[in-house]
Amino acid sequence: MAALPPYASTGQRTWYYTFRIICGLIFFFLIFPILVIIPLSFNAQNFFTFTPEMLSFDPAGYSLKHYEDFFTNSDWQAAMWNSVRIAPMATIFATGFGTLAAIGLSQSHMPARSVIMAMLISPMIVPLIISAAGMYFFYSRIGLQGTYWGVVMAHAALGTPFVIITVTATLVGFDQSLVRAAANLGANPVTTFFRVQMPLILPGVISGALFAFITSFDEVVVVLFLGSAGQKTLPWQMFTGLREQISPTILAVATLLVTISIILLTVLEFLRRRSERLRGLSPG
Amino acid sequence: MTDQTHAQTVLTTQDGVPLKVSISRALRRQKLRSVLLVAPLFLFILISFVLPIADMLFRSVENPLVPGTLPNTVVALQVWDENSGEMPPEEVFAALAADLKVAVAAKTHTRVGSRLNYENPGIASLFRKTGRRVKRFEEGDYTAQFLKADKKWGDVGVWQTIKQFSSPMTAGYFLAAADAQRTADGVQFKPEDERIYLFLFGRTLILSVTITITCILLGYPIAFLLSSLPLRSSNLLMILVLLPFWTSLLVRTSAWKVLLQQQGVINDTLVWLGIVGDDSRLALINNQTGTIIAMTHILLPFMILPLFSVMKTISPTYMRAAKSMGASDWYAFWRVYFPQTIPGIGAGSILVFILSIGYYITPELVGGTSGIFISNRIAYHISFSLNWGLAAALGVMLLVVVMVLYWLYDRIVGIDNVKLG
Repeated sequence: MAALPPYASTGQRTWYYTFRIICGLIFFFLIFPILVIIPLSFNAQNFFTFTPEMLSFDPAGYSLKHYEDFFTNSDWQAAMWNSVRIAPMATIFATGFGTLAAIGLSQSHMPARSVIMAMLISPMIVPLIISAAGMYFFYSRIGLQGTYWGVVMAHAALGTPFVIITVTATLVGFDQSLVRAAANLGANPVTTFFRVQMPLILPGVISGALFAFITSFDEVVVVLFLGSAGQKTLPWQMFTGLREQISPTILAVATLLVTISIILLTVLEFLRRRSERLRGLSPG
Repeated sequence: MTDQTHAQTVLTTQDGVPLKVSISRALRRQKLRSVLLVAPLFLFILISFVLPIADMLFRSVENPLVPGTLPNTVVALQVWDENSGEMPPEEVFAALAADLKVAVAAKTHTRVGSRLNYENPGIASLFRKTGRRVKRFEEGDYTAQFLKADKKWGDVGVWQTIKQFSSPMTAGYFLAAADAQRTADGVQFKPEDERIYLFLFGRTLILSVTITITCILLGYPIAFLLSSLPLRSSNLLMILVLLPFWTSLLVRTSAWKVLLQQQGVINDTLVWLGIVGDDSRLALINNQTGTIIAMTHILLPFMILPLFSVMKTISPTYMRAAKSMGASDWYAFWRVYFPQTIPGIGAGSILVFILSIGYYITPELVGGTSGIFISNRIAYHISFSLNWGLAAALGVMLLVVVMVLYWLYDRIVGIDNVKLG
């Protein structure tokens, strides 16, 4: 498929181009919905479609009023600050616990490894509505329902599987003799961890942290049940906005979130290449 | 014995400890260290996640309300045979009067009433009405006083319901979740047109299968293209797959909500192209079509990524060998290439199916009434109808399905082999 050989028959040529067109259409399906909201968020009208002014590239058809609304409306601002307060704290918990556990799990002497692994990964597999229901019942019993720490705890639990998976993946290529060499040269376990192991698994830890962050930052089902008005996050506000009074401000928020995703994706790609280069897996 | 002959030549470390002992001690220490590293997360997940799920399992069978609020009645009812068709004896009415007086003072009688109302409609108002009068009940002949307060107390069915729910554990929620009910002739399914939950489970499964199939159909060509292109261009195209994967779920759902509306971009384009008349715009949202389109878009990366990682490992020489031996393009693909990609299809399908079966947000926003899933019903019972036991029972049933699939996924792919990005 890589390239069409010069001796290809007409049928092969036709199929080659048809296949590329099909793939192009599927890529279009994947990316179009995300890109289309960006110009729509600059709509001067409160419409969800392109106005004639926009199609003729008339500057009067575009405006920043939906962004202005986002930055001045107290509901949206409160939601944004709640998200900013909850997600980093959940990320810290998830990354800290997750990294330690991944290191422990990747040692060959860990007893009952597969059972524990399956349990620690399960928050990623169990449907969110079930996690949300269970947490709602249980956290109300212990008085955590509707509190900041309750939401942080739930989000941290949902984020840890990603940290475990990414850190374990970097540990697969980790040469255990480096630890022994460090110990041999007189480093104590703590020094060994921070000076030898940590720099090598750091890309995995950071990408795991990014996953944990985006999990919490995007999460809506659990916070919908667990949170009270004081923990209303950005996705929650978007959810109510979409369900009740759909306002174009949502598109401005969505555009901002897409920008954040693009930044995260770039950081991740950079980390992946760095990690592969460090471990000598590919020339990058 | 071999052990004794070995005993003379036992290897020791420098400080005279036998080597075996020293090694096992070191191993034990390493084991302890790995356990200590895992322990914090283990405890954290146990408290924040596993116990809540266990609590839900417990709630789906627990039944504290009736035995807790009407303790004397429950004891008195033990001597009454609910299948006799006769009214309970006077002692039961006396016990209920005593229980209700306490319950009315604590204002808990309405809760029992609304709990029993799920099983036998009308009991809620019966309890409320009797609750207002019970304070004025006089000593003696409670049966007549109850019947005077409301003649529904003469209905044996009411007493049967109370007795049914007088044990601290109940299978009632599970029966309700499976659209069954206890009747005089044992457990029976509800009439065909009242089976909402089985119907919803069926719809969830059918829609999830449909979404999985569309994901295979759309994901396979993309994964095939990406795996056959040179690394540089495939990395570039991979961004088009990863960007949706990284974009917030709500952003993608709102994008579809905007695109699929009657006055939305897609319908506008179709009208402009003259494919659809202005008065016959397509209904793409608030129905099953909307759910399928939006969820396929959201879950497609989860199909492409595992497929891609499998296809990347298939050597192109197999295809060349098949063709050099005279196979046509299609034959070589179908008999040589395709069978090798089946593990990827399996992994992707299970992943997509697991994720889609428990989806809540997207069906809620674009599914209308015909495109909602069982999750939406669970959410409804938690926040609106407040029938937590039923919500828990439905959740447990969904959880069992997901756990079986998870186990299958672990067997086929191995949970350690999950790759992200």
